[in-house]
Amino acid sequence: MTDLTSLTIAEARDRLAAKDFTALELTDAYLAAIDGANGALNAYVATTPDQARRMASASDERRASGTVGALEGIPLGVKDLFATDGVHTQAGSHILDGFKPRYESTVTANLWADGAVMLGKLNMDEFAMGSSNETSYYGPVVNPWRARGSNVDLVPGGSSGGSAAAVAAHLCAGATATDTGGSIRQPAAFTGTVGIKPTYGRCSRWGIAAFASSLDQAGPIARDVRDAAILLKSMASVDAKDTTSVDRPVPDYEAALGGSVKGMTIGIPAEYRMDGMPREIETLWQQGIAWLKDAGAEIKPISLPHTKYALPAYYIVAPAEASSNLARYDGVKYGLRVPGKDIVEMYENTRAEGFGAEVKRRVMIGTYVLSAGYYDAYYLRAQKVRTLIKRDFETVFGDGVDAILTPATPSAAFGIGDQDMAADPVKMYLNDIFTVTVNMAGLPGIAVPAGLDGQGLPLGLQLIGKPFDEETLFRTAHVIEQAAGRFEPDKWWG
Amino acid sequence: MTLVDTRTPDPKRLIAGATGDWEIIIGMEVHAQVTSQSKLFSGASTSFGAEPNANVSLVDAAMPGMLPVINQECVRQAVRTGLGLKAEINKKSVFDRKNYFYPDLPQGYQISQFKQPIVGEGTVQVAVGPDKKGEYEEVEVGIERLHLEQDAGKSMHDQHPTMSYVDLNRSGVALMEIVSKPDMRSADEAKAYLTKLRQILRYLGTCDGNMDEGSMRADVNVSVRRPGADFGTRCEIKNVNSIRFVGQAIEYEARRQIAILEDGGSIDQETRLFDPGKGETRSMRSKEEAHDYRYFPDPDLLPLEFDDAFIEELAAGLPELPDDKRSRFMAEGLTAYDASVLVSEKAIADYFEQVVEGRDAKTAANWVINDLLGALNKAGQTIDETPVSPDQLGAIIDLIKEGTISGKIAKELFEIVWSEGGDPARVVEERGMKQVTDTGAIEAEVDAVIAANPDKVEQAREKPNLAGWFVGQVMKATGGKANPQAVQALVRQKLGIED
Repeated sequence: MTDLTSLTIAEARDRLAAKDFTALELTDAYLAAIDGANGALNAYVATTPDQARRMASASDERRASGTVGALEGIPLGVKDLFATDGVHTQAGSHILDGFKPRYESTVTANLWADGAVMLGKLNMDEFAMGSSNETSYYGPVVNPWRARGSNVDLVPGGSSGGSAAAVAAHLCAGATATDTGGSIRQPAAFTGTVGIKPTYGRCSRWGIAAFASSLDQAGPIARDVRDAAILLKSMASVDAKDTTSVDRPVPDYEAALGGSVKGMTIGIPAEYRMDGMPREIETLWQQGIAWLKDAGAEIKPISLPHTKYALPAYYIVAPAEASSNLARYDGVKYGLRVPGKDIVEMYENTRAEGFGAEVKRRVMIGTYVLSAGYYDAYYLRAQKVRTLIKRDFETVFGDGVDAILTPATPSAAFGIGDQDMAADPVKMYLNDIFTVTVNMAGLPGIAVPAGLDGQGLPLGLQLIGKPFDEETLFRTAHVIEQAAGRFEPDKWWG
Repeated sequence: MTLVDTRTPDPKRLIAGATGDWEIIIGMEVHAQVTSQSKLFSGASTSFGAEPNANVSLVDAAMPGMLPVINQECVRQAVRTGLGLKAEINKKSVFDRKNYFYPDLPQGYQISQFKQPIVGEGTVQVAVGPDKKGEYEEVEVGIERLHLEQDAGKSMHDQHPTMSYVDLNRSGVALMEIVSKPDMRSADEAKAYLTKLRQILRYLGTCDGNMDEGSMRADVNVSVRRPGADFGTRCEIKNVNSIRFVGQAIEYEARRQIAILEDGGSIDQETRLFDPGKGETRSMRSKEEAHDYRYFPDPDLLPLEFDDAFIEELAAGLPELPDDKRSRFMAEGLTAYDASVLVSEKAIADYFEQVVEGRDAKTAANWVINDLLGALNKAGQTIDETPVSPDQLGAIIDLIKEGTISGKIAKELFEIVWSEGGDPARVVEERGMKQVTDTGAIEAEVDAVIAANPDKVEQAREKPNLAGWFVGQVMKATGGKANPQAVQALVRQKLGIED
């Protein structure tokens, strides 16, 4: 019998339907894999084996009675940012110590309603703030990928590092993730997986601990484009509990796969060619252009003139919202409380001990840019920049561009404890340079593996689409995937 | 907000200081709890008096990942109120976050409206008075804006030796903050404004106006100046929870500021608290200690937008407001005083309207104001608790009009109906309270009284007013049941008094 964990969601779905094995067997295979690997990779912060087996058995019963959901019996990992009823939910933070909500996020509830099985909660940067998964209170996640001939631990990217690593290492069939500035797409690119951040409003944010409300969006990380399409279909929904969610039908994304890109116009933005960008990234980009051209797409050079302002503006808007969103973690109601002589000292002690350095940095930046006398100069201007970035995209889409192709990240995965980045947070922030524009404009973006660098590490390309045109992204990413092939790390762990 | 002076200094409102006259400038921010079943952004109940933390949803407790969803009924109530204040309704408004830390503020921010409120400028006509002649002075107070916001919870410091408890029942309840322009010039005007505002809200059914339950609270801004000079530095007196206290707080605060200024000092802009026990205000925090609330648009909520049809529908459903009702009552023959008393509470006006249906307005007003309200007041009851229904009171009035009972008997009848209930006509029947209209019977009594009092008869011929004494004697002899008009006529006739 083949290792059940090597199957994609689509494959497992067919084999479960053929009754080759049960959901319980599939789940047990994953639980065993997690047991063997998590010590080395630290992808899970909590596993829920009993619940997983219960859910798997229930799935088998449903199948026996003829009720089969779209994800029937598929074992998934859940980013720790999603509230899961009665289960560890701490957003990778110390401040939510012991927090187990009595509610289930809409996205995960949708998955369970479609028959999926929860394996546990996945590690992440604290409150989704980070690009390396090193800001987690639960320690860094280790990338299943290593440079050829090296045993140096690399980061899986962030903030959805646990999701990406678990998918790449076959510790779940697929995972939920969230993306505020690149937190799905950058770790997907670093781990040879597929990650899509859908259009803002496509998935409900209800039950997802907020980082930056106007930018946060849930999406899947999966092994291939088809699995990502299957997962997003189940995750997406309008939700009366989130008034920023959008009421439009969720298409059958999987049906978009295999469609031709012939005659489509793919925009190549000049501004994404950055100074000092590694040659390998440029080569990869050109390769992607060539593949799409070969498939019949028209390649069009385009300009998105306000791109260079996106990252600075993002690092005003996101921290501003975060500073307010994280005010609720005050030691009064739930989670960590560090006593003090009075209420103010209790707040100070709790937040000093409960938040890590990166979260504190962003809360301080956010508090600063919203304060009296600075609001106009920072927050208001950043919002204006945001409008201009959005307009850039509207203009090119209005001019007939169907999707935009860019690199996903400016480099491959780097080492855990990178000294340069530790010394200069802005260097870490630059990881999001190609991805933040998409969040600022509320557009969908997908990262798809496109090749390996000279050291044998995966690199990804990003496709950016029109609002609610995820189907074009899946179709186009699928063409790249067909041309590039799939990439899996050599197993060195467990 | 630019402050505009809309008033000309009025000598009778000035306060005399040691160094000359002073004028008080007052503006008010009133927090009025919206009458609604559920909270502004959650489905939790708003019922008053529930067990602590019984009415708390996940949203109200600011659990991670919770999102606000606007309660449409609260939006309708705010628009209704805006219409009642003759104010501009903003078809697009924005919710902002007001950030500060406090244990009874679970989110760490209050969702409010800062730059773009749901309601803009409006006006309230305030009647100050009545004076000794029963007359009112009309004053117009401008409304700056009305916005929707969340209430906070309640910290309880008396439940545990070292800890404080927090009750989140109020957390997230919808409030309307109604901001006036600095248009009031005396404590009486401020009290009249608050009274009028409460009356309008109650008519609209958008706030119950129960200040003792905290449904309505006022922040009062007070400054003083030399008449006609520029506005002085103001102090804000927070959370005053009765109309009487508003008056006391203003009187105290104005005198405090005048004393400082007359001593050559200057006023520090600050937030103060009114202590009802001591009748004084004291400093709470200075301008320097004021919070930086870091307002910004709440990214969890889309701008609130609606169209003209929405406003028109609400406008069409508005009840008659007190000013209109008062004008109508006056047009129907009531005095300004009577009309004002009757419209003071919607329930009283409703009661009156039932009584007056098909009856004389003045008579109905007298009975409602003097007899019914008088009795209620004496019994410490409200109009909602009245033991005499409008139908019963109407029947009493009808019995007088028909000549079945006299006015005096009617008062007795009212007392019987008040304490024992029953159909007034039947009570009159059963207890033999019917007026004697049989002229023969009355004539016999008149003759008897005249015969027994020859000296008075003599005097009455000199002084016709004394006929009243004979009428009184006859009424007494007949137990009040004789028709007074008939008695009057017979007495005058027999005494030879000419009309």
